[in-house]
Amino acid sequence: MPRPKQASPAAIPHGLTREQLLEMYRYVRLTRTLEEKLETLFRQSKVVGGLFRSLGQEGESVASAYALRRLTDGTGDVMSPLIRNLGSMLVMGARPEEVLRQYMAKGDSPARGKELNIHFTDYERGFIGQISPLGDLIPVMAGVTLTFKQRGEDRVGMVYIGDGATSTGAFHEGINFAAVQRCPLVVVVESNGWAYTTPTRLQTAARAFVDKAPGYGVASEQVDGNDMLAVYGAARRAVDRARAGEGVTLIEVTTYRRRGHAQHDNQSYVDPAEIERWAATNDPIDRYVATLTGSGWATAEELAAIDAEVDAELEAMIPAAESAPMPEPEETLDDVYAGVRVNAPWTRHTPPDPTKA
Amino acid sequence: MATATKQKPEHVRLTDEGKPVTFLEAIREAIWEEMERDERVFLMGEDIGAYGGAFKVTEGMQERFGSLRVLDTPISEIGFTGAAAGAAHMGMRPIVEMQFIDFISCAYDMITNYIATSRYRGSGGVPMVIRGPSGGGVRGGPFHSQNPEMAFFHTPGLKIVYPATAYDAKGLFKAAVRDDDPVLFFEHKWLYRRPQVREVLPAEDYVVPLGKARTHREGSDLTIVTYAAMVHKSLEAAEQLEKEDGLSVEVIDLRTLLPLDEDAILESVRRTNRLLIVHEDTRTGGIAGEIAMRVNEKAFEWLDAPILRVTALDAPVPYSPPLEDYFLPQVEDIVKAARHLAAY
Repeated sequence: MPRPKQASPAAIPHGLTREQLLEMYRYVRLTRTLEEKLETLFRQSKVVGGLFRSLGQEGESVASAYALRRLTDGTGDVMSPLIRNLGSMLVMGARPEEVLRQYMAKGDSPARGKELNIHFTDYERGFIGQISPLGDLIPVMAGVTLTFKQRGEDRVGMVYIGDGATSTGAFHEGINFAAVQRCPLVVVVESNGWAYTTPTRLQTAARAFVDKAPGYGVASEQVDGNDMLAVYGAARRAVDRARAGEGVTLIEVTTYRRRGHAQHDNQSYVDPAEIERWAATNDPIDRYVATLTGSGWATAEELAAIDAEVDAELEAMIPAAESAPMPEPEETLDDVYAGVRVNAPWTRHTPPDPTKA
Repeated sequence: MATATKQKPEHVRLTDEGKPVTFLEAIREAIWEEMERDERVFLMGEDIGAYGGAFKVTEGMQERFGSLRVLDTPISEIGFTGAAAGAAHMGMRPIVEMQFIDFISCAYDMITNYIATSRYRGSGGVPMVIRGPSGGGVRGGPFHSQNPEMAFFHTPGLKIVYPATAYDAKGLFKAAVRDDDPVLFFEHKWLYRRPQVREVLPAEDYVVPLGKARTHREGSDLTIVTYAAMVHKSLEAAEQLEKEDGLSVEVIDLRTLLPLDEDAILESVRRTNRLLIVHEDTRTGGIAGEIAMRVNEKAFEWLDAPILRVTALDAPVPYSPPLEDYFLPQVEDIVKAARHLAAY
């Protein structure tokens, strides 16, 4: 095994092991590379809907979810992501082949072609897909974690919210409910500068999102969202507090959305120099690599090997995802209600028969 | 469960003792019995705990079942409705109370966008009941009198129940709690303590299946399709029409609006050939429009007259008695409409 260049590596913080540091690196690299592959598929019109990049935010996604207890039997912690938390989903066990199929609207995708992108759920692995009306998952996760408390279970919830959606009524009602009930919930506010095209200064008059926490009577912490180990540390403390019965924590992660809201958004409202500055000096992966190598916890060769492995793994799974079948049209009728199909349109019968409407 | 073995308080053992119950008491018994039957069932709402709710439906429940199963919530319809969905995801069977059903609009997004679509999106069914006092005639004014059922009727994934009798209220409530889909359960407050609606209920556990109408009165000249408080006004009108006009009027109580018991409506219309729809909800976009369209599609050639409707008028619910009485459909309106239809 290649040894780190430093003779005596620095102590790894937060009780993490070197293996865990490398695993986090693998997740963050997987996130970025998977999105790059998706972008190619989008350009080829194989991704049929929008594509939402998390470029510049992958670090905080991965590092925050990494603090959760991740199990696969439905007894671990539960996380609900936003559109830019692909990294959190992968950490919780979502598989790249599932994400590829979701984006390509395949019949064997987790949502069976009925929902988009990373909006999908697995209660066994512990993630609940968001919906597009933002803020709704805050009350929902308050209820998930209320049930942990009702049953005396040692489980924690984590839910993400963007700077924009902190303005919604659902955010307010949800965090207030969770605070009053002292639910074991961690609310991660991702302050990335933009809500679609709206800058933060038009979203709130608060100095910082973390300032909202005292109003709800919850603990809070603000952290540099592009410093993965700092994010992990903050998330770890919040998760531990929640598990210890000390209630809700609001974590504000400050980061930057380097791409438009989705692929169609050309960011005409952003100063290109600002994006360039973040890319050149404050990329979460670059910073993590510098930390890992500079502290003697990993070598550049080790990380390059992971990069190559991730790339090869994704390349290998794309053909199968591309050739996966689309859903059968009649599946549209299923799963509105338990155990029954809704009626097909009468004009789809041969011959057309209005009594079958 | 330990709680099940304790002696029930007086106010929830009327049926056990063979005594008649009001509409409200029937619902209270249903909630209590479901709480005892299944420890996954729990309640959330405003002022429902120590106080027992604005109408006392949940009286005594927090004392018996504890504050983790009977939760007083902040004033936050989005918050507690969403929390109920989250709890349901984790395997619970939440029942939430809208203090007045008028406030359900505050949770419209959570109900229609999140809860109703969950199964379809692959996030699993959301077995929960949203219940609350609805309807007018009690001088409640614009925000304590509404019938917002049709605002949700248009949302696939939801079920909507709106009973008219104590028997049905109890049986349908239990069916709603045990259903695997989200159910909106409307409780007409004009019926809550009406002495005429009191009845002795079966001592044993029973459910009334969702999606099945009930024929309250058989007839051969004309069918009235209605639900909730209007069932009683329609029955009164039917008696009058028989006495004064010799008309044989059939009265069908939908009981469940979604799914709609289309077969029961069509079967009746094919016999009577005349259809009057009566609802307390406002006219435009009321369920009468949907029913008329379905009869048009499936039983057009059986009709001897146009389908007519008697409804509240298209306005907010007014407060002052002369205004509210004018706003709401009255027995006399039903009688007039039925005579018009019979003479067509």
